[in-house]
Amino acid sequence: MKILVCISKTPDTTAKIAFTDNNTKFNEAGVQFIINPYDEWYALVRALELKETVGADVHLITVGGADCDAIIRKALALGGDEAFRINADSADSYYIAAQIAAHAKEKQYDIIFTGKETIDYNGSGIGGMVAELLDLPYVSIAAKFELNGTVATINREIEGGEEICEVSLPVVVSCQKGMAEARIPNMRGIMAARTKPLAVVEPVAADTLTSVASFELPPAKAGVKLINPDDVAELVKLLHEEAKVI
Amino acid sequence: MSILIFADQAHGKIKKAALEAVQYGSKVAAQLGTTATALVLGPADNAELAALGNYGAAKVLHVADARLQEVESTVYTKIIAEAADKEGAAVIVFPHNFDGKAVAPRVAARLKAGLVAGAVSYPDTANGFVVKKTVFSGKAFANINITSDRKVISLTPNTFPAVAGSGTAAVETFAPAINDADFKVKVIRTETVSGDIPLTEAEIIVSGGRGLKGPENWGILEDLAKALGAATASSRPVADAGWRPHHEHVGQTGLTVRPNLYVAIGISGAIQHLAGVNGSKVIVVINKDPEAPFFKAADYGIVGDAFEVVPKLTAAVKEFKGR
Repeated sequence: MKILVCISKTPDTTAKIAFTDNNTKFNEAGVQFIINPYDEWYALVRALELKETVGADVHLITVGGADCDAIIRKALALGGDEAFRINADSADSYYIAAQIAAHAKEKQYDIIFTGKETIDYNGSGIGGMVAELLDLPYVSIAAKFELNGTVATINREIEGGEEICEVSLPVVVSCQKGMAEARIPNMRGIMAARTKPLAVVEPVAADTLTSVASFELPPAKAGVKLINPDDVAELVKLLHEEAKVI
Repeated sequence: MSILIFADQAHGKIKKAALEAVQYGSKVAAQLGTTATALVLGPADNAELAALGNYGAAKVLHVADARLQEVESTVYTKIIAEAADKEGAAVIVFPHNFDGKAVAPRVAARLKAGLVAGAVSYPDTANGFVVKKTVFSGKAFANINITSDRKVISLTPNTFPAVAGSGTAAVETFAPAINDADFKVKVIRTETVSGDIPLTEAEIIVSGGRGLKGPENWGILEDLAKALGAATASSRPVADAGWRPHHEHVGQTGLTVRPNLYVAIGISGAIQHLAGVNGSKVIVVINKDPEAPFFKAADYGIVGDAFEVVPKLTAAVKEFKGR
């Protein structure tokens, strides 16, 4: 069994969001970077659980520069076996998906896991695009993944509930909460990660179909209007007459 | 040229987010001087389909095949791409809900069309084809230029509320070749959360945090939600503690919601929680701690004990609704 886990470098969830260069670049000053939580907590850990229960080689892939190496080493410390960094910088999901698909086509994975989205671009597109480029089935926003031989039973979220689906491997799955319990790397894992293979691969030719023109921050709130706790009827009145939401 | 909108349905009823997408697609069509075609997959009756004209669709393509009741991304992608070719669609619009997220990226890759996932604006064509979307989980926006010939946009639900007009749409049967073998992912069963309003479609959400002290106290929140016709949600610590189901968790690593009204009870307002809710039109915060960071993001606030304030608020809402 071979599993590929797609990981992405994102700012920490508590990072201050600000932009530079005339609002065209994310201001990285003082920002700590982490593995995108959905990639780490759910995609990677579920892959590691499968490695422990049914046996699997867990490969990691990320598309980015050398500044991604720290998060790749962390993923290796958690238990990934081998990592590939496609040495390219792009925010376009099609370009990134094309890089992952080119790698996966050569390696022939049984399962490709991604997080349901990254917490920076919130694109939620990589899994579906990789699946399409490889002509593989795709299950999006999965909360549970069980394997029985070469058939996977997957719970996927839908509006107001879940669908329980069955699909034969190989398959591409995007993962969210519920898939696995988060782990922290132990010292043995951290030591082992130092010598695990991390291959830097040059990108294949692929088109970039979108580009960021600019960023902007949401307008500041006008300030809270406090209401006396003994006069909640006033709140109802304001919500109706002023805010017009009830 | 035309604009194609994927309008998803559940049990024959077009989803609310899909109506918004149809209306959005129709306005984009008007902007580009063309017409909008809605595509509906799975059984739905003619009146439901023709009613899409009320949201601006000139034409509705309908594939009635019962096997399409549930979304299978491979099959859906084939059909949508075929419809896009047939209609000469320059832009394909999806609702950015679970169905849209399952299918839009595949369609984008198949058509080699640039994707903006989670759009919150109409395209600005003054200088390219720029669409605004939320990034950093709602903490900022990015203006994305789609440089490919064909474009895919998925629209964030509740950004542009659908307003029914009075148009008529010509309903046309569309019968692309679909084989049983194309259905790679088989749905065994569906488990719906009974009686609840899906959070992503809710117009009003009442959400609780650790300040409610335990799952046994959720009754006061549920009473308020019922009075308001709202869905219920929770903060991450509440979901992690198992007080409430995970699908109710709103925040950076949970659901991002954009209701008209978000009422936060006993939630301090950590940055990760705010990321999931700051697209809400109006935020009400009820917290006994006047220093709770959530008050800074709120429109209205009550500093007080939730166990006293919330039942009073419920009574006041009931009185207001009863008038």
